[in-house]
Amino acid sequence: MIEILSPGAYATVQDLGRPGYAHLGVPRSGAADRRSLTLANRLVGNPEGHAAIELTFGGARLRFPRPCWIAVTGAPCPLQVPRGHAGVGMCAPVWMPAGSELGVGVPAAGLRTYVAVRGGVDVEPVLSSRSTDSLSGLGPAPLRAGQRLAVGPVAGLGPITVDAAPPLSLPRQPVLRVLPGPREDWFAPAALGVLCGGPYEVTAESNRVGMRLSGPVLPRARTGELPSEGMVQGAIQVPPSGSPIIFLADHPPTGGYPVIAVVAAADLPLAAQLRPGDHLHFRH
Amino acid sequence: MIRQVGEAALLVETGALEVSHRLDRLLREERPAGVAEIVPGPETVLVVAPDADLAKLGTRLTALLDTARTPRSGVGGDDAGLVTVPVVYDGQDLDDVARLTGLSPGEVVARHCGSELVVGWLGFAPGFAYLTGLDPALHVPRLDTPRTFVPAGAVAIAGPHAAVYPAASPGGWRLLGHTTLPVWDTHADPPAVLRPGMRVRFEATS
Repeated sequence: MIEILSPGAYATVQDLGRPGYAHLGVPRSGAADRRSLTLANRLVGNPEGHAAIELTFGGARLRFPRPCWIAVTGAPCPLQVPRGHAGVGMCAPVWMPAGSELGVGVPAAGLRTYVAVRGGVDVEPVLSSRSTDSLSGLGPAPLRAGQRLAVGPVAGLGPITVDAAPPLSLPRQPVLRVLPGPREDWFAPAALGVLCGGPYEVTAESNRVGMRLSGPVLPRARTGELPSEGMVQGAIQVPPSGSPIIFLADHPPTGGYPVIAVVAAADLPLAAQLRPGDHLHFRH
Repeated sequence: MIRQVGEAALLVETGALEVSHRLDRLLREERPAGVAEIVPGPETVLVVAPDADLAKLGTRLTALLDTARTPRSGVGGDDAGLVTVPVVYDGQDLDDVARLTGLSPGEVVARHCGSELVVGWLGFAPGFAYLTGLDPALHVPRLDTPRTFVPAGAVAIAGPHAAVYPAASPGGWRLLGHTTLPVWDTHADPPAVLRPGMRVRFEATS
């Protein structure tokens, strides 16, 4: 059982999402930074796809009425953990005695922090996933103060074998590698160079659906609308304004704006950790 | 033409919705190794395959696209399932649609029921199917100001498309009526009653 004393700015339950339903209009959803979610699960001996809590800008307080192992990964936050755990923090299994509280401060850098519990967060799955999909509303509602989350069974889980993992390192000047296309021919020949010239700033109109950027405008070679087509995570979609949007976990499965390039899968966890005001470069 | 989408997906240009549907069905029957998502669109099919050899998959898709360009007949042909959707034509916009089209409300209903539609693709919301083949006399623009609330089961039209709202949501389509047929149920498998390529007929009921 986890009691949400305060969820912080925005907290949801996330696992690895609901793949396989895009043709029925269902976003993939799941943890925005999958690398940090799977690490948190491994640290407490869970299968990588167990559900955990995704915090946005930290600032949460959780209470554990029953003793359990937890791990906190992702955007590094100052942690207040039970006495006797001084020096133990992010990216490590932490034993929470019955009734103990975890205070998660505000991260100095990065955006999303994950709290995994041994056994996993056990809310009702929808289409085989416990993830909150902020676009479609599938899955549990965002977490509220006073709410209690059940924890799944720990019997049969693997042992906890690691004392600590390296913390998330966030580059001072983030670079996202991109693969051009599929619709680079909708843009002026120079557009890819403009995209990779940058820098772009993450705007406040960013969320789990997409990251809206401001920066050099990408000139189009063609006007008009593209017939709606399937979209992938990391797609850099360019609406008529010319300001790109990077699609994140809850992106719509189809879209009608051309995609100039797609962020490399290995750089998506980093993209999900960029916060409004951060600057980034693209590299082709 | 097949375009690469990032490291793990291919976008097949079919050029036509019927070809998208045939390719979609061929791919669902065959399920090439490593394919996670098959997403048909009006002129494309996106194939997401993080665990596949994309070069090999591309070769296979080229062959399947070739097959998909030819209509199929007989068992397993283009005759995908027919869904009848019973409709009570009590929609808030029925009179406006009649005015916009120059038809009587009765004629709007007759034309809405009068042709067989085909599920083109899904989008906007889980289970929201864009139905193609709407009688051209019923092509009307969306509302200038979308409603903040459209109930589940609302039967609506906009532009060349018809739809049934799978769940309550905001919406800008014009409401002709409502159906009691649930088109979206997360406990059902598959959860969507209307899937790409299926034929749909509306039927007036009281």
